[in-house]
Amino acid sequence: MLNAQMVMYEEELSEIQEIADQLQQDSRARTILIVDKNGQMIANAGAGSDLDTTSLSSLVAGNVAATGGIAKLIEEEEFTGQFHEGKDISVHMTLVARRIILVVLFDKGTTHGLVRLRVKKASEALSDVFDRLAVKQASTPQPDLFAEITDADIDNLFND
Amino acid sequence: MSFINYSAREINCKLVYYGPGLCGKTTNLQFIYNKTRPDAKGKMISLATETERTLFFDFLPLSLGEIRGFKTRFHLYTVPGQVFYDASRKLILKGVDGVCFVADSQLERMEANIESLDNLRFNLQEQGYELDKLPYVVQYNKRDLPNAVPVEELREVLNPTGVPDYEACAVTGEGVFDTLKALAKQVLTELRKGQ
Repeated sequence: MLNAQMVMYEEELSEIQEIADQLQQDSRARTILIVDKNGQMIANAGAGSDLDTTSLSSLVAGNVAATGGIAKLIEEEEFTGQFHEGKDISVHMTLVARRIILVVLFDKGTTHGLVRLRVKKASEALSDVFDRLAVKQASTPQPDLFAEITDADIDNLFND
Repeated sequence: MSFINYSAREINCKLVYYGPGLCGKTTNLQFIYNKTRPDAKGKMISLATETERTLFFDFLPLSLGEIRGFKTRFHLYTVPGQVFYDASRKLILKGVDGVCFVADSQLERMEANIESLDNLRFNLQEQGYELDKLPYVVQYNKRDLPNAVPVEELREVLNPTGVPDYEACAVTGEGVFDTLKALAKQVLTELRKGQ
């Protein structure tokens, strides 16, 4: 059995982006990342080009997976929130709808309390979008993108 | 679990290198990292112990180019090979699209290979996958060593289902890209079938 893949469409992505932008403003955070549980970044707000979001997403997902493993061992359903406190920058991570990780990087310009408060609201909004996305993905036939891919197309990828 | 982003026109897939401790999983990734153009790769991350044994995973994002206007991105992961890190190995298999089993060709590692392969099958089953239905390749690594078991023998024990297999020497890079290409190709073919 293969896991269901995630498909993202223009419309939902722009909604997700809006939520991320709004959260960044409301919480006065530096950066917001929205990452799927397998470590793929879906959207971000406020990430400068100096921030390696690919690595960050993969590590965040590893971290959340490890914490999930701990939860299972001690028979806790799941830890929905995690907080790493740094001298200058802190990280708040929340599991949304069991498959998305909402990451907030923030500094002294805001407080953990404000971040948590705003994250709660954003989580609900995100949860709603991803629920709708799952329904849409299940009911929309995928464009014939993959049917059109030929063996030659795949081989061409490897011709350096 | 592949992630298809119609908005950004990207296909993202996760490949996992599995195998017994010290078989060369990290070395495979290091070679790929060193030989890939800077614009096609991200940073390689290794979560390792002080003695450079993998503690959680290595991670290497690769971008292979476009296919019908979609960027193909592969996230390569290794698992920690040491037996007692089993809990971590299970986590890394979550959402996998394709597996490469790296076998250590040395005679004295035969038992470790078999144990690791059984462990791979078992851990996949726990996640609801079946190894025989996943894109899957086998690599016989360390072919350059004098105590390497003949490939026919390795194949009989470690590849009974006859999936694509490759001889390799990950330190010099021989066979490393052949293995990766074969796996990536299977993953993309599987995506096409799945539609």
